[in-house]
Amino acid sequence: MSLHLVDYSILVLYFGFVLGIGWFLRKSVASSSDFLTASHSLPLWITSLAFLAANMGALEMIGMCGSGAKYGMMTSHFYWVGAIPAMLFVGVFMMPFYYGSKARSVPEYLKLRFDEKTRGFNAITFAVMTIFSSGISMYALGILLQAIFGWSFTFSVLVSAGIVLAYTYLGGLSSAIYNEVLQFFLIVVGFSPLAILAVEKAGGWSGISARLEPAMTESWRHMGSPADNPMGVEVFGLFMGLGFVLSFGYWCTNYLVVQRAMAARNMTDARNTPIVGAFPKMFIPFIVIVPGIAAVALAQMGAGYSIPTKNGGPDYDLVLISLMEQFYPSGMLGVGLTALIASFMSGMAGNVTAFNTVWTYDIYQSYIRKNAPDEHYLWMGRMATIFGTTLSIGAAYMARSFNNMMDFLQLIFGFVNAPLFATFLLGMFWKRATANGAFSGLVSGTAAAALTYGMTRAEGKGGWLGVMYEFPSSMAQNFWVAINAFVVCFVVTVVVSLAGKPRPDQELVGLVYGVTPHEAETAVWYKRPAVLATAAAGLCVVLNVMFF
Amino acid sequence: MLDLRKPAGYFFLLLGVVMVIAGLVWDFRAPLLETNLNLHFGVFSLVFGGVFLLLARQARS
Repeated sequence: MSLHLVDYSILVLYFGFVLGIGWFLRKSVASSSDFLTASHSLPLWITSLAFLAANMGALEMIGMCGSGAKYGMMTSHFYWVGAIPAMLFVGVFMMPFYYGSKARSVPEYLKLRFDEKTRGFNAITFAVMTIFSSGISMYALGILLQAIFGWSFTFSVLVSAGIVLAYTYLGGLSSAIYNEVLQFFLIVVGFSPLAILAVEKAGGWSGISARLEPAMTESWRHMGSPADNPMGVEVFGLFMGLGFVLSFGYWCTNYLVVQRAMAARNMTDARNTPIVGAFPKMFIPFIVIVPGIAAVALAQMGAGYSIPTKNGGPDYDLVLISLMEQFYPSGMLGVGLTALIASFMSGMAGNVTAFNTVWTYDIYQSYIRKNAPDEHYLWMGRMATIFGTTLSIGAAYMARSFNNMMDFLQLIFGFVNAPLFATFLLGMFWKRATANGAFSGLVSGTAAAALTYGMTRAEGKGGWLGVMYEFPSSMAQNFWVAINAFVVCFVVTVVVSLAGKPRPDQELVGLVYGVTPHEAETAVWYKRPAVLATAAAGLCVVLNVMFF
Repeated sequence: MLDLRKPAGYFFLLLGVVMVIAGLVWDFRAPLLETNLNLHFGVFSLVFGGVFLLLARQARS
């Protein structure tokens, strides 16, 4: 790819602003809570955009565009069945307990609701997961920079890690959130033209539908049996695995995103953060998935475009970049590449800022050094930023050995997040759930995930304990790993809880639904979480029907 | 605390300037592109940045 001076100046301009924001915000960091949790200081529009932007790293852009080309419109299920319902649920039902409990992090909520060991387990698995996620963003960025500038992988990774480190070290969570929002705008304005141009060139949506097999442009009609659709999943696996377990596990319990809502100024804003974020989130598929589908149509037209290949097979991770090469001239190419690089960096920064909070408050302050002055924890937060970034670099090298990054991410979420949703569901809505129940549920759920993965195979992955079942696709395998983890965690938690002694009701006020007095919502009707969530749900149903 | 609309506004304004110049001065092409995308995007970015700055100004007063 050849770049012009204009492209480089756009890149420099953007990263000048990124570092500048970090530099400006360094003054507003006076305590560990300013640095790690932004001290409930951010307005709703910023927290809600950060809520969705925090997960727009490698997963959203390159992964979703690649999945669009590989699986077609069914990829939209990740949004319209997965993310949206989960985002609405966390805002309406769960945020009152996260925000109301005054916990500083999701693991800390577990400490208040259950006990120390449940928190410890969650804090440590979460810390490992953020390092992996951040490493995957870094890996994706590494191969991208390698392709664009011809830099070596190592040099690419070091440069991007250096920039992320600089602005998160200076301004902490506020700086990461501000840059996520700036990057979100750049992504939307930088990639909308690509979607429009690609669809237009492929003959509009009707032209694409006419050219491709129906399973590529319809999201629901081919879900009857796994053999009928390119994703290799059926309705039950989709609803339970992706819709219920994985998405709810991710959006409702992942501290990386919940942290953004917890930075809001008051309870109504905290609840509205994921709900308001759901509105733009619904339309992201048109920017990231649709161009991937258009690419397949373009490749069949013989208009001079073909799907990139690697080792004789299609290389879906490169679809987005190859489209940019075809449609973007120098200048616009600079904007697109900057947006892409920025999205990877904010993906990394989001993980690093979640990691440093969990490390500092939930691991270091809880187990290593308890009663130090606040300056010490601020210092530790900054140090955690440094070694979190360093560990991510290691994870980036590990991610290099996997072909489709999204499948890999889903796999990790299956191990860590899927059982977690069962724990939170029972913890927040069933006062009878006990600490021992939660802990044994989490451990056995995670073990169930690992066992399922170990005893099944799909596309050559998994099966290191012997192959009992062969899945039609690794997507289906991931969904079922998650479902098993969830069910095992749920059942074990219930059984062990019933065998133990429940905590008295008065200890659970503010933590569990039913024993917490209902606070009347005082906001005007159109700003109420329930109203906004209903509107978002309606809109989401309309989108599903339109692309049925 | 810093109002994010200000840096965002200045960024898109400057980006708009760069892109309008790119659109007017050079004739950049891409294989499947038929329009002067840079110029169009530049004008849009100027307006977009302007709106941010306007909103920031309104919030201040």
